[in-house]
Amino acid sequence: MIERRPALTLLSHLVLILGVLIVAFPLYITFVASTHTAQEIVQAPMPMTPGSHLLENYRDALLGSATGGNSKAPVGRMMWVSLMCALGIAIGKIAISLLSAFAIVYFRFPFKSFFFWAIFVTLMLPVEVRIGPTYQVVSDLKMLNSYAGLTIPLIASATATFLFRQFFMTVPDELVEAARIDGAGPMRFFKDVLLPLSSTSIAALFVIQFIYGWNQYLWPLLVTTEENMYPVVIGIKRMIAGGDAANEWNIVMATAMLAMIPPALVVILMQKWFVKGLVDAEK
Amino acid sequence: MASISLRKVVKRYGTGPKANQVIHGVDAEIADGEFIVIVGPSGCGKSTLLRMVAGLEEISGGEIAIGPRVVNQVEPADRDIAMVFQNYALYPHMSVFDNMAYGLKIKKVPVDEIKARVDKAAKILELSQLLDRKPRALSGGQRQRVAMGRAIVRNPQVFLFDEPLSNLDAKLRAQTRLEIQKLHRELGVTSLFVTHDQVEAMTLAQRMIVMNGGRMEQIGTPEEVYARPASTFVAGFIGSPPMNLLKGRAEGTMFHVGGISLPLPAAAPRDGELILGLRPEHLDHWNASQGWPLTVEMIEMLGAERLVYGRLGSELFTLRIDATHVPPTVGETLMLELSAKHLHWFDAQSTQRV
Repeated sequence: MIERRPALTLLSHLVLILGVLIVAFPLYITFVASTHTAQEIVQAPMPMTPGSHLLENYRDALLGSATGGNSKAPVGRMMWVSLMCALGIAIGKIAISLLSAFAIVYFRFPFKSFFFWAIFVTLMLPVEVRIGPTYQVVSDLKMLNSYAGLTIPLIASATATFLFRQFFMTVPDELVEAARIDGAGPMRFFKDVLLPLSSTSIAALFVIQFIYGWNQYLWPLLVTTEENMYPVVIGIKRMIAGGDAANEWNIVMATAMLAMIPPALVVILMQKWFVKGLVDAEK
Repeated sequence: MASISLRKVVKRYGTGPKANQVIHGVDAEIADGEFIVIVGPSGCGKSTLLRMVAGLEEISGGEIAIGPRVVNQVEPADRDIAMVFQNYALYPHMSVFDNMAYGLKIKKVPVDEIKARVDKAAKILELSQLLDRKPRALSGGQRQRVAMGRAIVRNPQVFLFDEPLSNLDAKLRAQTRLEIQKLHRELGVTSLFVTHDQVEAMTLAQRMIVMNGGRMEQIGTPEEVYARPASTFVAGFIGSPPMNLLKGRAEGTMFHVGGISLPLPAAAPRDGELILGLRPEHLDHWNASQGWPLTVEMIEMLGAERLVYGRLGSELFTLRIDATHVPPTVGETLMLELSAKHLHWFDAQSTQRV
């Protein structure tokens, strides 16, 4: 709004503050819960100020040394698995889609449009839709409980390929021709010209894919059965027992807080690049 | 340095009966060190021809030789050419130095030689202060000079320019035109320069190729092309304002056009349907007591001269007069007097010079 009226400013601020509260309050509760003992949390009303058990709760979560009844896999290991998966998915996707977009935009080869449409069709088939057959394949290839099983089926997707295809098509043809006259072969052109030009798009895509990979739930739930291959999101789920069993909510909440840290860090650290990549591509 | 031979060069897009032929057999011999301008309206195939010499377009027929070597199957990088693009095509993420050095780096030229060559080119083009800048921090004229520098450091046999001045403003264009001329005099490299601007063509060319619809209409020095246009197309394209072209019927020393009969200073080359060409500036007198009657319809003041638009009978006719003369008034009838040496005759059907 460009209008300058105090009442409107006040109103818009109120709405924004309300929005922030709605988003931030659950986070705050999570944090508060992660600093109390399990007994303190289940009392009604739940304490609204941080307690004194922060360090021991987080230590118990990371090392898996809590005394409760459910899954006691150490969160440190889970975070590592999650990190590997998120990085694997983000980097794998970027690498594959850069190369396939390069092929589609700059090369003439037989059945080019067929391949293009084959990639396009995968857009309509996310993991959830093809989960049965994909599980069968991964299981037959003995990739259950492995990093390969966790990442490869998620790497195959067309979104990133399209993003790069669109970007490559905006690169002026003269640049390709200038490079040809300069004697740069296709891979040299890719490395020296296209990659540096797409760096901001790559950064933006990395952020999106890292978070996508980190937050995967359904697929890891299927392909991991061993504690030492749980990503942290699955770990949280396994910590919560069904029925009447007492849950160590303090540890669960500490784990949730820990699970939030890496994606938040990635976003905060790469924010500048991320926004640049979404807004303007340097051409 | 090298000569360039174009022999029956043909360009077709697509194959079979649906093929779209855009260049219809161009023949030209370009001498070593010559500055040739290819000029024509948009879509005449001039850029395509240049890109075929560069190796960016395949040659569908005929052959192109640079020096003694036929280059039809040679990669652009191996043709020993350098090209300056209309939008300059600078690598946006590289500094001016890297832009100029990139081709040499790929050729694995030693680092200190690259530096020496880039520095030398930068000095010629007055870019020495800008070597660390990125293209986006440069003005249009500076970018243009970087593009030329990138061409110069390669030490090529042939320079190819694809409308390199059309993105500059008028003043800078005139200035860069002079710089290109100077550069050519110093380096003496065979150059092909494509433009749609006939002023650029006239001022830069040692010889010019006028193209129309994928055919070469005429090749010659600017003087020849101006003085003896080979067709009505060339006559209308070169010169500003263009040559007056009157389509009529010649009969001895009379020319019937636009409902009136004009006396000719000398007999037409033959009787029958002809097109008569006369440049607006080529009249001996425009206020004689007798001659061709021109009814003035409009006058434009251009500073040093005036353009007078009027009609000979029903035909439009333009006349260029010195601004120092007292101008005619609109509606007045002027009597034009002319001499035979300024008349151009073209066949009415083929539009070729007779």
